[in-house]
Amino acid sequence: MSATAIGTSVKRKEDASLLRGQGTYVENLTLPGTVFMAIVRSPYPHARITSVNLDRAKAAEGVVAAFSGADLADEWAGSLPCAWVVTEDTKTPPHYPLAVDEARYQGDPVAVVVAESRALAKDAAELVEVVYEQLPSVADVEKALGDDAPLVHSELATNECYVWKLESEGGVDDAIAAADVVVTRHYRQPRLIPNAIEPRGVMAQVGPTGEATLWSATQTPHILRFALQLVLGIPESKIRVIAPDVGGGFGSKLQIYGEGPLAIVLSRRLGRPVKWIEERSENYVGTIHGRDVVHELTFAATKDGKITAVKSEAWCAMGAYLELVTPGIPLLGAWLYSGPYDIPHYSVTFTGVFTHTTPTDAYRGAGRPEATYVLERTMDALAGELRMDSVELRRRNFVKEFPHTMASGLTIDSGDYEASLDKLLERLDLDAIRAEQAKRRESGDPKQLGVGFSTYNEMCGLAPSRILGAIRYAVGGWDSATIRFQPLGSVQVVVGTSPHGQSHETTFAQVVADRLGVDVDDVEVLHGDTAVSQLGMDTYGSRSLSVGGIALYNASEKVIAKARAIVAHQLEVSEDDLVFANGTFSVKGSPDRSMDIKAVAFQAHAAHNLPDGMEPGLEETATYDPANFSWPGGAHAAVVEVDTETGDTRLVRYVAVDDVGTAVNPQIVDGQVHGGITQGVAAALFEEGAYDEDGNLLTTTMATYLVPSPAEVPSYETDRTETAGDNPLGVKGVGETGTIAAAPAVINAVVDALSHLGVTDIGLPATPERVWRAIEEVRT
Amino acid sequence: MRHVALTVNGALHEVDVEPRELLVYVLRERLGLTGTNVGCDTSSCGSCTVLVNGESVKSCTMLGVQADGMEVTTIEGLAVNGELHPVQQAFHDHHALQCGFCTPGMVLAAASLIEHGEATSRAAIREGLEGNLCRCTGYHNIVEAVAEVAGVTS
Repeated sequence: MSATAIGTSVKRKEDASLLRGQGTYVENLTLPGTVFMAIVRSPYPHARITSVNLDRAKAAEGVVAAFSGADLADEWAGSLPCAWVVTEDTKTPPHYPLAVDEARYQGDPVAVVVAESRALAKDAAELVEVVYEQLPSVADVEKALGDDAPLVHSELATNECYVWKLESEGGVDDAIAAADVVVTRHYRQPRLIPNAIEPRGVMAQVGPTGEATLWSATQTPHILRFALQLVLGIPESKIRVIAPDVGGGFGSKLQIYGEGPLAIVLSRRLGRPVKWIEERSENYVGTIHGRDVVHELTFAATKDGKITAVKSEAWCAMGAYLELVTPGIPLLGAWLYSGPYDIPHYSVTFTGVFTHTTPTDAYRGAGRPEATYVLERTMDALAGELRMDSVELRRRNFVKEFPHTMASGLTIDSGDYEASLDKLLERLDLDAIRAEQAKRRESGDPKQLGVGFSTYNEMCGLAPSRILGAIRYAVGGWDSATIRFQPLGSVQVVVGTSPHGQSHETTFAQVVADRLGVDVDDVEVLHGDTAVSQLGMDTYGSRSLSVGGIALYNASEKVIAKARAIVAHQLEVSEDDLVFANGTFSVKGSPDRSMDIKAVAFQAHAAHNLPDGMEPGLEETATYDPANFSWPGGAHAAVVEVDTETGDTRLVRYVAVDDVGTAVNPQIVDGQVHGGITQGVAAALFEEGAYDEDGNLLTTTMATYLVPSPAEVPSYETDRTETAGDNPLGVKGVGETGTIAAAPAVINAVVDALSHLGVTDIGLPATPERVWRAIEEVRT
Repeated sequence: MRHVALTVNGALHEVDVEPRELLVYVLRERLGLTGTNVGCDTSSCGSCTVLVNGESVKSCTMLGVQADGMEVTTIEGLAVNGELHPVQQAFHDHHALQCGFCTPGMVLAAASLIEHGEATSRAAIREGLEGNLCRCTGYHNIVEAVAEVAGVTS
């Protein structure tokens, strides 16, 4: 295994422990003397906290301590931080681990109890007596902007958090006024609850000199360490964050939740390790949600189907507080309202709105599914308006030359959208589907067939630090990697990204094996512990391979350069005379004069005969800051069967053709695509985090919020086209593509199945009830 | 506290448990078998699935005291002499796990489904595993892994 390591479906290194039940999830780690924390949460969406009586809880069996928000208010050096204040005047209300005077969403933490076991802590939490005075509340973004709406933060005198605009030069409104055809559509994308199957959890231990270790089910140990200094005032140098095995994240574990700093403070006060494991019903209110956006989207087009302008206005729920990147989530989609299409005039406006609800933040795709959904739905609407085939309309508007600078200002480095679409159509057999559809329509079959498309691109590989600075994100988007040859030739790799299912241990080992010509099994990838990996920006936004992987590539180049110098010195040849292939340096023209890189590693450590001034050892670190985002894209199609009598919709086929650049491990890439598609399909057909109008969450468990089981989704047909991403590995990123593409493909298919009846839209998710009502509405 | 004797992965354990204690916590906290994960509190996710007297059971739906005298198999007991069970091996071969949190329950549920002869088609596998949720894989590769072990082609 060496030169062929990239592009091979190497079986995962991660599996050996996970398959045997030896995962190190936080829940499985307990130090001697550990005490357990339970959180008391507000049952009301909005209430004044009149009093908190902890007496009965403190007297309960096994209880070690109990605190109200007021008791701990002096512990916080700063608010739980928001790192993305998107405009100069964005409102950033303070947010502490425990509320003191006012609870602002159902689930807002108000008190904490610590006991000798989880069960005893939970028992005692029920004995905490909080007197609340209920206050008026609002859950809907549009109502929250009304004149008389209850305020989430009364000191702000408004629920409007920010207004952010992006406009191309030269009059979008003029282009719309001059257009042959104008289509405007409205969309409501409901809340989605991420539901990583491992709930959140932390365990904190504070030593005698104040050094703190936090084990956390987090995607972002480095960012968390940074934030803990801000919240606690402890220098980062004294904080160690460990992300052990983490059971999925999807954005929900990249936050700076209050429970982490709380556990550290309580461990310091009590002199014992403190642990907290979230319950699922707690997760539904206490962990961030995604989406909850209302859109108005307008397309202007010529009568032969060339789109001349896109204008989007969106109202985006922040929830009650700003989490780490809450205001910035819509911005991650801000450049995608033209998608893979060449649209010369462009305008996007986001209004961030506070509501009395669980805060929103990144959920798989983060901003990009929102944009792609309204774009791809409106492509179908425009095709309907023009009486043009929707596939043809897409093809006519594709960007065809790369690099392509969009009207919105960013540049797409590479792609071939037509190639993906062609391959998709080849696999789909659209003629047969249309024939079957026509037959069912003619016979009045109660089960109608529909096919829907989504041709998409996305920007990921978060992110070029300069662009992040320009759009007011607080820190950078680079990443780092270290390659360390041990004296006898095995390799340790330390990365700044932090996997929670993405298979970095395998994929990164393949990259190193490929570059250095060593065996994949000789490469160990270390991550997720800030004491081991000092530098990193963690895992989200499909960035790990396209940013962290390039840092790794660059580190391997440095290792090769140093090794080459050693070999040249020892063989007494010029560096230029050496060829490095399959892990061996050999002299051009005399291949018998050679040195294996493992032997070089030994020589580098023995240091008996190194070039003058060279430091011993064979270890190199590189950081990499991308110059651009990466731009995967592709074409997806869904085929659905809709029972017109019951509204029940079954996804019968799903075909995806993606261009994610180089697939380092095709099997792992397919796995990411499958999972991504399923979350997009779920958003289309099943999932909705529903609030009543006051902000009481109605879907509070997995029994009422439909995370799809294997019985609800089909097997998928996946394929790839490939254009090289603009980096040395040619990679692009694959973690979010499926989620971004799938929801509009499925809804386009449902609408297609019913279009002959006059149905033009179905709200999300397309539950049997919604579909049935949509049919009834056009029947009457 | 109630005294309970149960056989787990072939070894007899005698433990005192609280009457309210769920089997999953007896396994995890009293016996240190943390391979069985807890993903929800409504018996929806199936992460805690184990075999009780050979039947797949969500161990959060059963009290520890109810397991008195019973034989329990957890994920830790599935490999024999370090050799992966065929379902574990197939999960590895087909990349049927990503974060791994649902995997122990999914593997045991799948092993039980195959053992009972109910994994007769991909559709039957999907129906049979409907009590087990995975958020990472989209199930595609899980179904492929189970189909291979069950010898299913349709």
